[in-house]
Amino acid sequence: METQTIKNKEKSTKTTERISGSEAIVRSLIEEGVKILYGYPGGAIMPVYDELYKYQDKIHHVLTRHEQGATHSAQGYARISGEVGVAIATSGPGATNLITGIADAQIDSTPMVCITGQVFSHLLGSDAFQETDIVGISTPVTKWNCQVTKASEIPEVIAKAFYIARSGRPGPVLVDITKDAQIEEFDFSYEKCTKVRSYSPVPKTNISSLKAAAELINSAKKPLVVWGQGVILSEAEEAFKAVIEKAGIPSAWTILGASAIPTRHPLNVGMVGMHGNYAPNILTNECDVLIAVGMRFDDRVTGKLDEYAKQAKVIHFEIDPAEIDKNVKTDVAVLGDAKASLEAILPLINENSHTDWHQKFKDLYEVEYEKVIKNDIHPTKEGLTMGEVLNQINIYSKGNAAIVSDVGQHQMIACRYAEFNKTKSNITSGGLGTMGFGLPAAIGAKMAAPDREVVSISGDGGYQMTIQELGTIFQQKAAVKVVVLNNDFLGMVRQWQQLFFDKRYASTEMVNPNFVAIAEGYYIKARKVTKREDLADAVKEMMESKEAYFLEVCVEKEGNVFPMIPTGASVSDVRLS
Amino acid sequence: MNIENQLFTISVYTENNIGLLNRVSAIFQRRGINIESLNISPSEIEGVAKFTIVVNMAEDNVKKIIGQLEKQVEVIKAYYHDLDNIIYQISGLFKIKSELLFEERQIQNIIKESNARIVTVNKDFFVLEKSGKKDEIVELYNQLSVFGIMQYTRSGLIGITKEEMKISTLLETYNN
Repeated sequence: METQTIKNKEKSTKTTERISGSEAIVRSLIEEGVKILYGYPGGAIMPVYDELYKYQDKIHHVLTRHEQGATHSAQGYARISGEVGVAIATSGPGATNLITGIADAQIDSTPMVCITGQVFSHLLGSDAFQETDIVGISTPVTKWNCQVTKASEIPEVIAKAFYIARSGRPGPVLVDITKDAQIEEFDFSYEKCTKVRSYSPVPKTNISSLKAAAELINSAKKPLVVWGQGVILSEAEEAFKAVIEKAGIPSAWTILGASAIPTRHPLNVGMVGMHGNYAPNILTNECDVLIAVGMRFDDRVTGKLDEYAKQAKVIHFEIDPAEIDKNVKTDVAVLGDAKASLEAILPLINENSHTDWHQKFKDLYEVEYEKVIKNDIHPTKEGLTMGEVLNQINIYSKGNAAIVSDVGQHQMIACRYAEFNKTKSNITSGGLGTMGFGLPAAIGAKMAAPDREVVSISGDGGYQMTIQELGTIFQQKAAVKVVVLNNDFLGMVRQWQQLFFDKRYASTEMVNPNFVAIAEGYYIKARKVTKREDLADAVKEMMESKEAYFLEVCVEKEGNVFPMIPTGASVSDVRLS
Repeated sequence: MNIENQLFTISVYTENNIGLLNRVSAIFQRRGINIESLNISPSEIEGVAKFTIVVNMAEDNVKKIIGQLEKQVEVIKAYYHDLDNIIYQISGLFKIKSELLFEERQIQNIIKESNARIVTVNKDFFVLEKSGKKDEIVELYNQLSVFGIMQYTRSGLIGITKEEMKISTLLETYNN
């Protein structure tokens, strides 16, 4: 392969060393600062595993129970730390099992490098045992991918992979390495990649766009900020807070933007989108200037596009030029890194408070509180709610835990009600909506941040998609707190069947196993709660546990998540019941 | 809003790497866009390949496609033009039985009037080449098909823009 990496000017002073391709792979990972990687061995990657054995004091390999688990763990690792997550697998099924996690990382802009073994290069295309065209398969879901057939290419390609994965709008990269390239010996030296000719990760910020944006913000009477994960990815939290505080703008978040500023920040008006908060959804269609920061106007955020913020001038702070005007027509696009742009615009904006406008958010919050929130988190009727479980977790976490959710009703409840004091604390599969993400992602998060409390919250459906990763928790002694909110249903699909398919519950009822026994089978402390009076004590016991803990909470079977914007409806048609 | 479909050429300057065709075509495939014609060749810059892709779509959507193309790591730059703003050519090749050249007087007139070129002749067949706009090649095809065509093929569109493509200057800034 002809790589176009521009060599770093300061030539490495290191002398070269004759080593095998597989050793070069491990040494390159160490050079990139990788301390933990997740994977599963197999024929075509065995030389690398042999080197991992040799270097185990420098780099810790975590054996997951499925390659999908390896990718999600790498994602969890990346999301809580901001570092590149690494997953490794063999050829064929090992490689294809990575695809779900790669697709998830692609749509959620998560930096990840996946390394796959490949059959000998002379066997490529011969339908050899465990041969699959993983470069072809992964092309649409990777930021970049590449096959290596010569050992000498390994350091440069891995350096390029890490640079591409973490720079600009991050994403997953896959490097497929044939077995002969792993075995072959060559003269190894390593240089980090700092530039790729055809790739400009951060577009230049246009000063006039900043001025135009500032002018719109300063003249706005009813401005609304909607921020996304871009604020977290560019570590722009403080710059972002400074801007919204100076301009006094109510600010709402997309699901992946959660935790960038504390839940209780006075300007934080909640989540937008399908199951977001009432006020920011309704007022999206009333604001005069909509300021989008590091978000991409996903359909779950906008509802019906033809009726989305049509009255508003739209400012879009964005690193990826392809996002401008993709879904929502922008009046002012501020291209560039969010942190740099926000720091640059701060002196250009005027102080403001927008008191009357804020009152509207407060009034609508009261409506939502009376109709939805109160019943979710302080229910009086029989049957535990998911919301009250979150409320208990908040009490004991004091908002300092990282909440890793799976996909479905519990995810929406977790994102709506979890309290966050720290950034990078809401880890969930937002774009792809991958059931089974939560448990392995929580393992990765806990291992990246062992000092933090990491609570995995799943439903009974998604939990069983990657339940085998309890084995990883056990083997790694990862002190993850695992909560399953069990309603014996695929709850979100059931909710849609109730609302839109005349209550025909096709294949959504689950006959579930003894979850406590399964956890205990992996020697994980476990408890099941069915009554409200036991909930607080169980959550306390879980949160105080020094080791992994499994808590099953049997919640009401047919609870629904509201507010809700039905598919195809406008954000201002958000329903409270 | 430019939402009426029309023909556009998309010029994509890329690194010359294996797998890039797959990555570029996937962008069209994912959005259900039919590629009318595709040509990949070296460009004016050494080591840089140029894709010339013809699509029939609305300008607003072409702009989005350009964004998606430029987002690819190994794509240097992508441009789009309507057909009025490029000088372009398409080639057609026709293989015809040699005996027809002598038996059917009409064929000689067709060759003359169409400005087609005879590439080769042997005792079994002769090959005609015609370059021009798509309509001209189709017209020639229609005229010849009544006599019987042994083989016919048409190339993808290749084009040169009327405006300057600032790709070289762009590459210089990348290199520095």
